[in-house]
Amino acid sequence: MRLSAIGRTAVTATLLIAAAACGGRDSGEAGGTQATGATGGQCAGQQTTGITDTSLKLGGIYPLSGPASAYGAIPKGIKAYFDYVNAEKGGIGGRKVEFVVRDDGYQPPKAVEEARRLVEQEQVFALFQTLGTPSTTATWDYTNQQKVPQVFVATGASVWGTDTEHPWTIGWQPNYVSEARVYAQFLKKEHPDAKVAVLYQNDDFGKDLLGGFKNAISGTKITIAAEQSYEVSDPTVDPQMRNLAESKADVFLNVTTPKFGSQALAADAKNASWNPLHIVNNVAASITVLKPVGFENVQGVVSATYYKDPVDPTWAEDAEMKLYKAKMQQYAPDADPQVPYHAFGWAAASSFHKAMEAAKCPTREGLRDSVRNLQGVQVDMLLPGVKLETGQGDGFPIESLQLMRFKGERWELFGDVIDTRKEFGPLTG
Amino acid sequence: MAGFLQQVIVGLGTGAIYASLALALVLIYRFTGIVNFAQGELAMFSAYVAWQFTAVGVPFWLALVLALVVSFAGGMLIERVIIRPVEGAPELTVVIVTVGLFIFVNAAAGWIWTFLIKDFPNPFPGGALEMGGLSVGFGTLGVFAVVGIVMGLLYLLFQHTKIGLGMRAVSTNPESARLVGIRVGWTLALGWGLAATVGAVSGVLVAPLLFLEPNMMGGVLIYAFAAATLGGFDSPVGAVVGGLVVGVAETLAGAYVTAIGPDLKVGVPLAIILGVLLLRPQGLFGRAVVERA
Repeated sequence: MRLSAIGRTAVTATLLIAAAACGGRDSGEAGGTQATGATGGQCAGQQTTGITDTSLKLGGIYPLSGPASAYGAIPKGIKAYFDYVNAEKGGIGGRKVEFVVRDDGYQPPKAVEEARRLVEQEQVFALFQTLGTPSTTATWDYTNQQKVPQVFVATGASVWGTDTEHPWTIGWQPNYVSEARVYAQFLKKEHPDAKVAVLYQNDDFGKDLLGGFKNAISGTKITIAAEQSYEVSDPTVDPQMRNLAESKADVFLNVTTPKFGSQALAADAKNASWNPLHIVNNVAASITVLKPVGFENVQGVVSATYYKDPVDPTWAEDAEMKLYKAKMQQYAPDADPQVPYHAFGWAAASSFHKAMEAAKCPTREGLRDSVRNLQGVQVDMLLPGVKLETGQGDGFPIESLQLMRFKGERWELFGDVIDTRKEFGPLTG
Repeated sequence: MAGFLQQVIVGLGTGAIYASLALALVLIYRFTGIVNFAQGELAMFSAYVAWQFTAVGVPFWLALVLALVVSFAGGMLIERVIIRPVEGAPELTVVIVTVGLFIFVNAAAGWIWTFLIKDFPNPFPGGALEMGGLSVGFGTLGVFAVVGIVMGLLYLLFQHTKIGLGMRAVSTNPESARLVGIRVGWTLALGWGLAATVGAVSGVLVAPLLFLEPNMMGGVLIYAFAAATLGGFDSPVGAVVGGLVVGVAETLAGAYVTAIGPDLKVGVPLAIILGVLLLRPQGLFGRAVVERA
């Protein structure tokens, strides 16, 4: 028995090694696949892995399990969009899109493993979205070494745009610094001498937004009265909220992820002796966060956004919103179109569609250059006035947001779309 | 001073949450002699079951009773199906199985109910009791009351019933217990069922405060372990005292010790666990294990 067990192990090991060796050789060849024939001319010699005249293979990495799995809804919106485009529009430029989704459980080491699998085994053309700052940070060295485009990553860290070492990686949503600038702009107008209490998540996300806010208010009369951080492993932020309440600040900036956002909103509502103007960051501003707190407890809360909220009746007759709801029902019948994460995915996928169509060459290099040269691209799921804009020295596709205030059972947009490029100048590292 | 007292009250409030789960940990340890890493996730799952009942229109208190019944049955089923095959295996094996159960239950809850936050009804009024500049949420007072009642019931069960006596025998020496006619398998299943029920009470209590999503109990579990270690893993009174001490210590350290601050306060329970294990392994109220030579 023992002998045969050892024998089996040895055989398995041999097979594994052989498989690994084959994998290695395959990817080597694939990496060397180069544009020929129809894609000749200026595109000659560029990488065409994962793309043919009729197909386009993309890979995405999301937390489908683990602490951040609420974001696992995003790829459903993306898939519905690509399914719709494949079935009814003949794909993107005649290429049917295959979108492979992998789960990293929001763990950076897992994300690296999945990125390698997508690039080397699945042979994807590009990574379309990796979710979360930690997972994207963990994978971008690899994707850039391999020269694989990693486009429209689903995180708002400002480093994707300010960094110059990783040309193959680019963000999409407004970065946290732009968002912070919008809140600073709002306070400058409405509460020029505000004292602000801040609750923030103790990681790159929280610090990026808080740092951006501090920079944006420097030189004004707005001051930070108190700041408290929390860890994602904390069961509750009640003690932090207690400490912030002592500051008697007149504005509360809530820089949290969904569950903690709910907790902070509830703690603010419960405390009758402290009633600051509550600003909740976009990450935690979805209806799914506010509803459990009770709509009566979140009236007047302020946030900012850049894409159309499926719950907002303003867009009930909007052509893109109607299309989105109809196609979601058709291609993702088990997903609730009202969940904003689905609309987010839809908007990102449709941005990719435009960027890919605008690419001069149907190659990895072509996509890389295209997403860095977007000139006022209109995406219908984004708010009117919010356009994709990148170029030399500007690696941030979206930098405009509009403020919104919670009223009744939904967000109401107010003021104009704020273009933080114009108001504060370009963001550089 | 009012600020300090308010901090203590906040600490007691979070401590009561830790205590509620620590009670379930103590219960299963008393019955079966194992530390159940999946206890928090089972509590979360029970809270979802209660939520599901209320979502289809069952009134809250009836939903609670139904969830408790389902949890009791589920706990016994888990013992029969998952734990029974590794009964008598080294402790490490059982611990690994409960860790596996932890991951499984967490993923199952996400698969069934998604990871979006659920709107859990609060059995207690939303306001707060204001008294001399201090305020205590009614929700927190409710948690206190329920934790006190559960603690009392467990104490009675352990000390003054035949089942309690039997299970103490089973966890001390299963073989001798079987020889004197105690149905060991049944007692173990009962232990899992009861622990799941106490966990369900904890889950339903804290869901309106922490907001119901599959990872609700992950953080609480660490603190509940600290509470049970501090109070003694076999003492319900110890679990509650331990929970309150951990909650207050953590809150005060976060608020007043600048070196710790909110960034490092998660280290407080770990320091407590380490300190207790070094100085008094049986905990404040626990009984030291005496081995027959």
